[in-house]
Amino acid sequence: MVELAIDNKISRTSIDDPTALPCMTPDAMVGSKPFLAAPDHNTKLGFPGELVDDWKEKAIARMGYLAETNKAFKVYLDTCVKCGACTDKCHYYMGSGDPKNMPVARQDLLRSVYRRYFTFAGKYFPKLVGAVDLTREVLDDWYSYYHQCSQCRRCSVFCPYGIDTAEISMAARDIMDHIGVGQKYCNEIIGKVMDVGNNLGLNAKALKATMEDLEEDLEDETGLEIRIPVDEHGADILLITPSADFFAEPHIDGLMGYAKVFHAAGASWTVSSYASEAANFGMFIGSEENTAVLCNRIRKAAEDLGVKRIIFGECGHAWRVAYNFLNTLAGPFDFLDQNYPIPQHILEYTWDLIERDQLTFDKSKNDEYRVTFHDSCNVSRASRMGDKPGGQFDIPRNVLKAVCNNYYDMPDETIREKTLCCGGGGGLLTDDLMDIRKKGSSPRMHALQQVERDFGVTHMVAICAICKTQFAKMMPEFGFDREAILSAHQLVSNAIVLEGQIDEDDDDDEDMEPEMNGASATGDGS
Amino acid sequence: MISTLYALLFYVATFLLVAGVSQKIWIYWRTPSPLKVVVTPAPTTNTGVVLRMAREVVLFESLFKSNKWIWVFGWMFHFGLLLVLIRHLRYFTNPVWWWVSLLQTVGIYAGFAMFLGLTGLLIRRIVVNRVRYISAPSDYLMLLLLMAIGFSGLMMRFVLPTDIVAVKTFFLGLLRFNLQPLPMDLPVLVHLGLVVVLMIIFPISKLLHVPGLFFSPSRTQADNAREKRHVGAAPAGR
Ligand code: HEM
Ligand code: SF4
Ligand code: SF4
Ligand code: SF4
Repeated sequence: MVELAIDNKISRTSIDDPTALPCMTPDAMVGSKPFLAAPDHNTKLGFPGELVDDWKEKAIARMGYLAETNKAFKVYLDTCVKCGACTDKCHYYMGSGDPKNMPVARQDLLRSVYRRYFTFAGKYFPKLVGAVDLTREVLDDWYSYYHQCSQCRRCSVFCPYGIDTAEISMAARDIMDHIGVGQKYCNEIIGKVMDVGNNLGLNAKALKATMEDLEEDLEDETGLEIRIPVDEHGADILLITPSADFFAEPHIDGLMGYAKVFHAAGASWTVSSYASEAANFGMFIGSEENTAVLCNRIRKAAEDLGVKRIIFGECGHAWRVAYNFLNTLAGPFDFLDQNYPIPQHILEYTWDLIERDQLTFDKSKNDEYRVTFHDSCNVSRASRMGDKPGGQFDIPRNVLKAVCNNYYDMPDETIREKTLCCGGGGGLLTDDLMDIRKKGSSPRMHALQQVERDFGVTHMVAICAICKTQFAKMMPEFGFDREAILSAHQLVSNAIVLEGQIDEDDDDDEDMEPEMNGASATGDGS
Repeated sequence: MISTLYALLFYVATFLLVAGVSQKIWIYWRTPSPLKVVVTPAPTTNTGVVLRMAREVVLFESLFKSNKWIWVFGWMFHFGLLLVLIRHLRYFTNPVWWWVSLLQTVGIYAGFAMFLGLTGLLIRRIVVNRVRYISAPSDYLMLLLLMAIGFSGLMMRFVLPTDIVAVKTFFLGLLRFNLQPLPMDLPVLVHLGLVVVLMIIFPISKLLHVPGLFFSPSRTQADNAREKRHVGAAPAGR
């Protein structure tokens, strides 16, 4: 008995065991709810502005519609055997102990209603199979707990049937949107992209001015005229990157890295002010219609600018949409050059150049960093890079190892396909959800603390705009510097040696010591 | 009288099982996958997908990665069940297929393995607080039902032997629509009655994981979105 119960762990996620579980605390997070969207945010996306009168009927009807039109939703609702294999796999459960954050329990919030209205057993024997009526309390639970899922798919990897809670969360948010219960953060942002082209509401003029400033910075740094072209007709490559790359730290250093790589390759490229956003929050709210609208902006930009290729910058969920959905929702892209992947990831592009010996690096430029890599969930579990399965894990690591000397991986159960979410994905990156964001990030942050302790790791690299923003916020909470989070192309940018570049800091290299955070660092770099 | 009732029950249960599962398979088959939602890393070819699915079905690969206790008990139960089912073919075939006779002895141990596995799963469901939290009464009852079937079966074999030849005659008769009497022993009647219940609830319970597994898009899709445009039927709403 004791043996079988052995995984009733109660140690709480810690440096020694980042994926340990806390005591189960029912309703610990029931009060965590994001702000409701204002009526015009909802109507703009084609949803009712406020909770409609006949919301129960509408919600059930929408549920039935999804079950008929989405195989994943239908099969996942029917198939779960309640084996419990996923119950200890969600970072929000590890961080909060609220049982409704266990993936299967999160699904059950919706499944129990589905059973009640759509299955024989639930209609006639509701108590027996745990079916419940749709009530205001149930709706409130949906709103709380489907906004405590970052749609990271970690649970799906471990489920014997691949049941993906992200799919259920998306459906639940779609159902809620259809009865007028939208989430402010996501819906407002989707509206902004529709109006202006990006999540920030940065218009064409402001974008051009910002890029000109960046070009000046690049020239100051290298003495070279490195361009970041905007709306350049006839360019070969259209770069679609998260708008955070245009202004936030450390994102912007990544953008400068892309520019240097393009410069070194002699590529002709441009960003578009019309499609100046890689992220697609339409996916977060499970709305295929809105996802498609944003995807088609990218297609239109590519057609209007007459480019031959599309490359995506560092962004997790964006890459999922680009890699898996773009072709379906906005394709076929037969007007692009078919000799290149459509779309391509910037890391695939850079790694290809490295493999073909087209780039030169001075790795010692990154010696002040001892780095580890955070596999962004949606890159890891919902996309690929290169032509072999798992390229999404190897290519970023290969690039990092090509540009810096000190690289260490975090513990196995927290990386690659088992990677832990940053805690802010899936539409949770908003201040009104700060508590759950922090709890959700704790397993990842403890894994980072472990490699800090064991190998003296000082910095973590991410390739997702959300991850970077989230970690910049979380780092200080866990005893790290705010700037301990880096962009992958930031390290590329530091190390790349461009032809004809001036080198200002030739002589102050030696006194760069690794900056340690807190605990002593004894890693020997091997 | 009771024999006729059981014969009738078996016909009805078989019909419900076949019709119910076929209908579900038809629904799963027909429901579109609007988007590519495969969980990666995943095979890039259809052959790769078949291999991945074979590993899931035979080895419970993901479950192995996930939780060794559930895997051990789950695998014992399912492979015990498989062997037991194969062993049962001898009641429906005359002459008995050679490979079925070959498995007779193993089949007995399989019965114990199955029972043990189910017991382990039940204990877990009760003692692990996370699993207890997600369990509905039906989840316990399903395990108890299968355990009762296994237990009554083992009783017949080891404690209260029944007239196996008569049982076989009954089932061969069913197949030929020629009614034959069942031995009136309690274990036989309980065993067969519970099997009828299992067959009837199969298509309306979580036993749908059997067809469902083969239609789970996160596993059955190939990772080839860039190479081959995925065209799932778009939602009619657009
Ligand atoms: C293609 C054949 C099948 C496959 C691949 C399969 C796979 C699985 C897996 C992976 C699990 C989860 C782990 C576990 O709890 O054991 C499971 C659970 C279960 N399976 Fe199957 N199964 C199959 C056929 C069947 C059949 C024919 C039955 C019964 C007649 C059955 C009854 C159950 C039950 C009752 C559970 C839940 C166990 C629990 O409550 O913990 N399965 N199955
Ligand atoms: S692992 Fe899958 S089948 Fe098991 S409880 Fe979780 S969702 Fe259900
Ligand atoms: S998708 Fe991620 S966040 Fe959502 S339930 Fe699964 S593990 Fe948790
Ligand atoms: S923000 Fe990053 S870590 Fe978080 S869910 Fe998205 S990809 Fe995963």
